[in-house]
Amino acid sequence: MNELDLKALGVTGINQRLYKVPKDSNERHWVITNPMGQHAIACGLDGPLQVDIKGHVGFYCGGMNKEAEIIIHGHAGVGVAENMMSGVVWIKGNASESAGATGNGGLLVIDGDASSRCGISMKGIDIVVGGSVGHMSAFMAQRGNLVVCGDAGDALGDSIYEARLYVKGKVAGLGADCIEKEMKSEHLEDLARLLERAKRKDKPSDFRRYGSARKLYNFNVDHADAY
Amino acid sequence: MDTNIPRTVPRKSATFDDYTLSEIRRAATTGIYDIRGAGAKRKLPHFDDLLFLGASISRYPLEGYREKCGTDVVLGTRFAKKPIELRIPITIAGMSFGSLSAQAKEALGRGASMAGTSTTTGDGGMTPEERGQSKHLVYQYLPSRYGMNPDDLRKADAIEVVVGQGAKPGGGGMLLGQKISDRVAQMRCLPKGIDQRSACRHPDWTGPDDLEIKIHELREITSWEKPIYVKVGGTRPYYDVALAVKSGADVVVLDGMQGGTAATQEVFIEHVGIPTLACIRPAVKALQDLGMHRKVQLIISGGIRNGADVAKAMALGADAVAIGTAALVALGDNDPHLEEEYRALGTTAGAYDDWHEGRDPAGITTQDPDLAKRLDPVKAGRRLSNYLKVMTLEAQTVARACGKSHLHNLEPEDLCALTVEAAAMAGVPLAGTDWIPGRGGY
Repeated sequence: MNELDLKALGVTGINQRLYKVPKDSNERHWVITNPMGQHAIACGLDGPLQVDIKGHVGFYCGGMNKEAEIIIHGHAGVGVAENMMSGVVWIKGNASESAGATGNGGLLVIDGDASSRCGISMKGIDIVVGGSVGHMSAFMAQRGNLVVCGDAGDALGDSIYEARLYVKGKVAGLGADCIEKEMKSEHLEDLARLLERAKRKDKPSDFRRYGSARKLYNFNVDHADAY
Repeated sequence: MDTNIPRTVPRKSATFDDYTLSEIRRAATTGIYDIRGAGAKRKLPHFDDLLFLGASISRYPLEGYREKCGTDVVLGTRFAKKPIELRIPITIAGMSFGSLSAQAKEALGRGASMAGTSTTTGDGGMTPEERGQSKHLVYQYLPSRYGMNPDDLRKADAIEVVVGQGAKPGGGGMLLGQKISDRVAQMRCLPKGIDQRSACRHPDWTGPDDLEIKIHELREITSWEKPIYVKVGGTRPYYDVALAVKSGADVVVLDGMQGGTAATQEVFIEHVGIPTLACIRPAVKALQDLGMHRKVQLIISGGIRNGADVAKAMALGADAVAIGTAALVALGDNDPHLEEEYRALGTTAGAYDDWHEGRDPAGITTQDPDLAKRLDPVKAGRRLSNYLKVMTLEAQTVARACGKSHLHNLEPEDLCALTVEAAAMAGVPLAGTDWIPGRGGY
């Protein structure tokens, strides 16, 4: 285990240190201390590292992550794990807006709540939120899974494409072209796997599934009032 | 009827002209607004309304065929460790694979590289053909993030954060289903054949304070090497440029309303935004007020057609220009030799703008493999290179006549305006006077 003190090294110093770890290195476990809510910590990692961040982080922590497993022992600011490609980003606290935005792959776990626009434009990422998500979550969500163990805010899944949404609690409202869908066995199995990966004890059968009605996929003037 | 009574000739309304009437009939029949490509087609104050004041007794000219007139430009000198060094100040604007064929994208890369300049990706990501043929490739970072990934980000020579574009500032995009081939769909992570909307706002930042943090993230991921551009559509250029500088941009790209698009509503193209000519002086003033003129480079685009336009934009304070529509024409778009095919599409060469339909007979704005293979990327790239070189020679010709040994030495004092409107927008005197409207109290 290697320790990096952000107070001493700064964000760029820490990121550069992590970027320079060879892919075949045995020095895979890194601990970042004193993150002080700074932005862009551990963004752009490209290798199988385990990074523990001991405290709160600002915007875009773990952004564009590839392969690394990043654990944030605190809360996260806007755009945590944005455009993640693979790997894991795990937040022990809450996350601000746009968590997992445009993520292409990997797993994002938020033990607490996520704010608005969680999973916006997601493109294949899996997101599991232990608490609730705010309004406009999964807006224009293209692919992947968003699991919400608490409640969802207004306009869930507005203009959604092919992403799958699972919500255990109440949904304040569905966005344009988002509907409740039948929970089939394949979905229950997928959901069970996601919950297990996120170390959740929730039962898949307690969730409801939402997805695209696919009525707005091709522009039709008769649907103009749907927006 | 008494035929001996003199009658007035039939008179058409200037307000309800033929085009307007046809649009009303089209709208009444279809129930949907008109969508098209390209930029504003209405007549606007433009660079044609400016003239250069060549040297005479009060200024020395440079010898046209002997004395050097530099054209090089370095973009991204503010923060980037590796600024882009171009031989000419005419770059190729962002145009997506999806809206354009792979052959067209390759041709743009070839032509730009031959001429010593950069080309730019677009919504939908970076293709290997484009990267392979582009010596200097700018990677657009767009609200949709279609095809966006950190590997391509690091392969780029610069990053352009797109906030807006001149044809539709404040608008997103729409790539209609007929252009969504298997490859385009795969790159955008969406099903084939559906309309692919591009968002108008970035998903993870709003406002200049957030943009500053976003730029910081991009710099971290690229180890502070790549220049970061910020592209805005022409609306409030003074404030937008100032805020882009505040956010940490190395380069600001400012696109006027003549700038083209792959597809959007006609009403958007013609009625939102301001002309390119009106953008430049407020943008330069913002840079000057911040002490950042020439430190943050300004690229102007939207209706640049020839070397005179290049020289005029630079005289008004731009560091470089970008071309899109003109580059497509150089590749072969709207060429009269395809007139028969344009007529079959209900249009004519020079007016074809239904780029979103994917039926371009020139093989440029299409994903139809049979149409796309009509475009030879090598020959088309050569045409683009020729065109870029001609524009550069023209700009040098004008600059030498004004006594300038580098295009960057051109200045507003080298210009006058033909119209009051152009004089006001460009901040140069009306020809034959010392009057700049809006200055000096009247």
